[in-house]
Amino acid sequence: MSIRIHKPGLLTTVQDLGRTGYGKYGVIVSGAMDRTAHRIANWIAGNDDSAAALEITLSGFVAEFDQDHWIAITGGHMSPVIDGRDVPMWRPVFVRRGSRLIFKRPVSGCRAYLAVSGGLDVPVVMGSRSTYLRAGIGGFEGRALRAGDELPVGQGRLRALAALTGDDSFYAVSWTVPWSVIPAYSSNPEIRFIRGRQWEDFTLHSRQAFAESSYKVTPHSDRMGYRLAGPSLMLESPREYLSEAVALGTVQIPADGQPIVLMADRQTLGGYPKIAQVISADLPVMAQAAPGGHIQFREVTAREAESLYICQERKLKRLEMMVRLKLKEGYHVRGGFKL
Amino acid sequence: MAWSFYPLGDSAVLVEFGQSISAKIHKEIRAAVHRIEQDPFPGFIECVPSFAAISVFYDLAALRIPERNRTAFGHVCSILRDKLMPTGDGQHAESTRIIDIPVCYGGEFGPDLGHVAELNGLSEEGVVSIHAGGQYLVYAIGFAPGFPYLGGMPDTIAAPRKKTPRLRIPAGSVGIAGSQTGIYPIETPGGWQIIGRTPLELFRPGDSPPTLLQSGDYIRFCPIGPEEYRRLRGMQP
Repeated sequence: MSIRIHKPGLLTTVQDLGRTGYGKYGVIVSGAMDRTAHRIANWIAGNDDSAAALEITLSGFVAEFDQDHWIAITGGHMSPVIDGRDVPMWRPVFVRRGSRLIFKRPVSGCRAYLAVSGGLDVPVVMGSRSTYLRAGIGGFEGRALRAGDELPVGQGRLRALAALTGDDSFYAVSWTVPWSVIPAYSSNPEIRFIRGRQWEDFTLHSRQAFAESSYKVTPHSDRMGYRLAGPSLMLESPREYLSEAVALGTVQIPADGQPIVLMADRQTLGGYPKIAQVISADLPVMAQAAPGGHIQFREVTAREAESLYICQERKLKRLEMMVRLKLKEGYHVRGGFKL
Repeated sequence: MAWSFYPLGDSAVLVEFGQSISAKIHKEIRAAVHRIEQDPFPGFIECVPSFAAISVFYDLAALRIPERNRTAFGHVCSILRDKLMPTGDGQHAESTRIIDIPVCYGGEFGPDLGHVAELNGLSEEGVVSIHAGGQYLVYAIGFAPGFPYLGGMPDTIAAPRKKTPRLRIPAGSVGIAGSQTGIYPIETPGGWQIIGRTPLELFRPGDSPPTLLQSGDYIRFCPIGPEEYRRLRGMQP
């Protein structure tokens, strides 16, 4: 069982929830940029949180299924199409062998997740299947996908029944994930932050500018970090800081005064001053901000940040249970057929 | 001992032990990391130590926060306060490792050796004997897998970073940046002055732990010739 890649598009990698526990050895976390979309895709495909899926960036991705598969597509909307028909996202889709999935053009967000029932069966390296591009480990041969790659797929829990589709190349079930749990992707999102460790070291003007101006997402943004352009942010008095650990969503300010928001492939330690920290609840939306868009930051308290995340996690846990129940119930299809 | 606690966002606490690079602070940090890892709290993910701080990452949704701690940050700080306190009896006795790093200095492996020598008014041999004459403490590992943050390089061979970074620095390259020295474990772009290269592999993804060097090790650089470099390089798996 495998998926054959015809075109990888801009950047397609195998990701799970990342490689934790090795930070003290300088090994980065990696993992899906939009963890919420990644997890939901896995649940819908009948997998656990930890299964590996594809992270597909913007457009140009073309793949073929050599077997019948249950799949799920979540995250940014890249206009997925199979044999000329739009494939609905955020719900289980049964695809027939030989069908070809194409991502046509980005409509919202910039990263889509493709989960397959059974998960992508690539080797686990240091506890994770995530691709660590710079070190060349994890994922599929430690690299971004290329045309001609055949990705192995594990044994899934969802039964494949050809009768579902009739003559069509795919069948999508009627239920979908409620909109209320899908991150509110926007090309110009409002992103909430709490103060960073060196917040007070910046000039008053810089602190105000960060909180009140909008920052453009530059094309130099990638899985390592989002490079933003806007009012320059300066320290009250320039100084050197000892390198220390950075986190997902850390906003650091290098000497040119333009913010960098650190993302999934961030290095473990950094020496630039940290003006702010994007709250965990807003990281999925941040991860889907496409180059050219604008970000408006808004300050919240640490307590608000914590409760927003805990509240979001509760919603997701409920969703996970609901999806599992639905999958057990079976798929209502034409003719009252169930599996 | 006074610690300062800072939130590193909503899912990590940064504990600052001081604001300078010192072997004493480093030792305290290692002992504290050991105590936290030996008895992890519910929701604990990992510790990432640096020169003078430890960052403790946790899963916000998996913490068990008692009423009296209104915030997760407060809860984790109170757990850490208990764990940071040296226990006296439970001190872990670790042997100090001293690791020899063979380095082929100059030539094709160290294109900037001449420049570093010139800057400091030394001969190339002079730079090598100073660089290889000392013992360096590995304060932390970071930036790249297995990259050592070293202390102990004499200022007499310091050299500023290159104005334009090289696009590709081969794995094993030994460099100088300001008064720091280090070894690139994997090929990466970089602006350090490259004075030599080691045949040893610093990042070993198949091993446990996955790096040759760890925080707390001491290293010594041992000069070798190009033939010895190739022989050692060929011997490695």
